[in-house]
Amino acid sequence: MSTPDSKRIEQEDPVEYVETTTDELAPLYRQMLAIRRMEEASAKAYSQGKIGGFLHLIIGQEAVCVGATAALKPEDYVVATYREHGHAYAKGVAARGIMAELYGKKTGCVKGLGGSMHIFDKATNFLGGYGIVGGHVPIGAGAAFASKYRGDGRVTLCFFGEGASTIGGFAEGLALAALWKLPIVLICENNQYSMGTPLYRSLAVEDVSLRALGHGMARDRFDGDDVVKVKRRIGEAVERARTSGEPTLVEVVTYRFRGHSMSDPGLYRTKDEVEEWKRRDPLNRCRQRLIDIGFADADLEALEADVKAEIEDAVKFAEDSPPADDYKSYVVKE
Amino acid sequence: MAVISYREALNQAMKEEMDRDANVFIMGEEVGHYNGAYKVTQGLLQRFSERRIVDAPIAEMGFTGIGIGAAMVGLRPIIEFMTFNFSLVAIDQIVNNAAKIFQMSGGQYNIPIVFRGPGGPAVQVGSQHSQSLESYYAHVPGLKVVMPSTALDAKGLLKSAIRDDNPVVFIEGETLYNTTWEVPEGDDELIPIGLADVKRAGSDITLIAWSKMVWTCLEAAKQLAEEGIEAEVVDVRTLRPLDVETLATSVKKTGRCVIVEVGWPVAGYGAEVAYQMQKHCMDMLDAPIERVTSDDVPMPYAKNLEDEVQPQVKDVIEAVKRALYLI
Ligand SMILES: Cc1ncc(C[n+]2csc(CCOP(=O)(O)OP(=O)(O)O)c2C)c(N)n1
Repeated sequence: MSTPDSKRIEQEDPVEYVETTTDELAPLYRQMLAIRRMEEASAKAYSQGKIGGFLHLIIGQEAVCVGATAALKPEDYVVATYREHGHAYAKGVAARGIMAELYGKKTGCVKGLGGSMHIFDKATNFLGGYGIVGGHVPIGAGAAFASKYRGDGRVTLCFFGEGASTIGGFAEGLALAALWKLPIVLICENNQYSMGTPLYRSLAVEDVSLRALGHGMARDRFDGDDVVKVKRRIGEAVERARTSGEPTLVEVVTYRFRGHSMSDPGLYRTKDEVEEWKRRDPLNRCRQRLIDIGFADADLEALEADVKAEIEDAVKFAEDSPPADDYKSYVVKE
Repeated sequence: MAVISYREALNQAMKEEMDRDANVFIMGEEVGHYNGAYKVTQGLLQRFSERRIVDAPIAEMGFTGIGIGAAMVGLRPIIEFMTFNFSLVAIDQIVNNAAKIFQMSGGQYNIPIVFRGPGGPAVQVGSQHSQSLESYYAHVPGLKVVMPSTALDAKGLLKSAIRDDNPVVFIEGETLYNTTWEVPEGDDELIPIGLADVKRAGSDITLIAWSKMVWTCLEAAKQLAEEGIEAEVVDVRTLRPLDVETLATSVKKTGRCVIVEVGWPVAGYGAEVAYQMQKHCMDMLDAPIERVTSDDVPMPYAKNLEDEVQPQVKDVIEAVKRALYLI
């Protein structure tokens, strides 16, 4: 269904890239690549039985979390879903801690208590990955409320999928953020499927950003293929939040290459569709763009070798770490 | 007799009841095109079409309320929660509406609805996805609460739940879907809600459990038998209403009782069972009633910790030996 104000976002092909420099783009590419490699390493470990439970990979969507968090200051907050390894990494959480957490080790960033869906890291202001769809949207609004209350100038980014846009937690979080003008950017990562449900079967209007209108909230909607574009556009919303305390609802259209979780064979979409999106892989595009704007071959090689070493080190760290051993100390704070 | 899985039994129950009554429909996330997150509704969309197998977006509060409203005016909804963890988003509808409308309306509107889906700990999915919420629902007058342990019970009880004129919270064992049991073919036999079932006869001690813990108790009983201890295993099956009589008959016979549940200890359902047993069997008890529960913590992710937290066969055996004053 379409409304006068909603347009279906088709990925631009070729992409109209946003102006950038190698100095800006190289670190973004590095993060995206590290997340891709980390996700691939965790998929492998999962198939070897070293990681258990649900494992939701973000492969294909890396430009969103990397571009968005690049618009933040270290003191800003990020709240995310169960599909959050990339968001955590982009916010500065070390690959070692993430990987060890997936392995259920004592050295994991939440000591083996949380696993894949519940990465938290206070040091980098990563307020966590949450497993109940939509339940974390008010949590994000709460962090933003605290920033407004204290006048500390911090901004919160809250990520969720388009599937979350039908649940009360989202609706109420959105309403309150708008009413109380909280410094938050609500980022809908529209990867077009909520588990096995394509968005046209879960949303009466496919444009999630339109929900902002009824609340008098600023909104934006764009394609998440170019990491620099994501950084700029989220950057505008972050500035709005920081300077005028106004929230924004931003929808970024993207695509997940893997199943919903490791146990989902993804039978609800065609191979052709997936291949078509893979052809437009934001990671490959970012790499190509980097070369096009003059990043030296030797530098690219060094960067990629560095990422490889970092992720190998994280896996080794996870493998070698002692098992989790304490589940009693953190029920209530003494 | 065919040996079928717990999953298949539930599927058959719904299929048969939907064939029987055109007012029965299923609503929930991924129940249709995806054939169910746990494949319990496999094939039902093809058979009954989108009118009766309704894929809902992620809106538990909304589709639970829609089910209740539809039930008020004569439909008989089956609301599937992908897991019962997500029923917490909808618990207001269940507790404040489904359970109360019959009484609030002075008996004018009853709510024939089933809320079903997997519950109890799964494997390594962490604290938000691995919990036992039956005690929450068993607390509420106006609801019935059913937790089958076998394919046979699953089928017969789900059929009864669908035909029941009241809201039934039907919690399936998340790790039981592949377990098998003999189920009569073309079975149209119902298992009444409100009856416990002796799953193993024994004379020395009574083990009371429900859902997955019945299997843990049966294994414990098997191991205890090797040491000459004969445990009777009684499956509660229906937490509300509780079949006190069947339980008390067993406890009076054996004089000892261990209640095993995978939920948390404080205000856990087993505490109510323990109260009922001491009240009805006081003079016949030879030892204090023992409870085995999970540790009083949110579920950790790491496999080794997860196993430590939940009741294991060895914990049941230990509790039995305490009740027999052997340790
Ligand atoms: C309240 C609630 N209902 C159902 C689920 C099960 N579930 C987990 S993720 C998911 C799909 C979410 O899709 P979307 O919000 O689009 O995010 P994506 O997984 O695509 O990143 C569902 C149904 C849940 N975790 N919480």
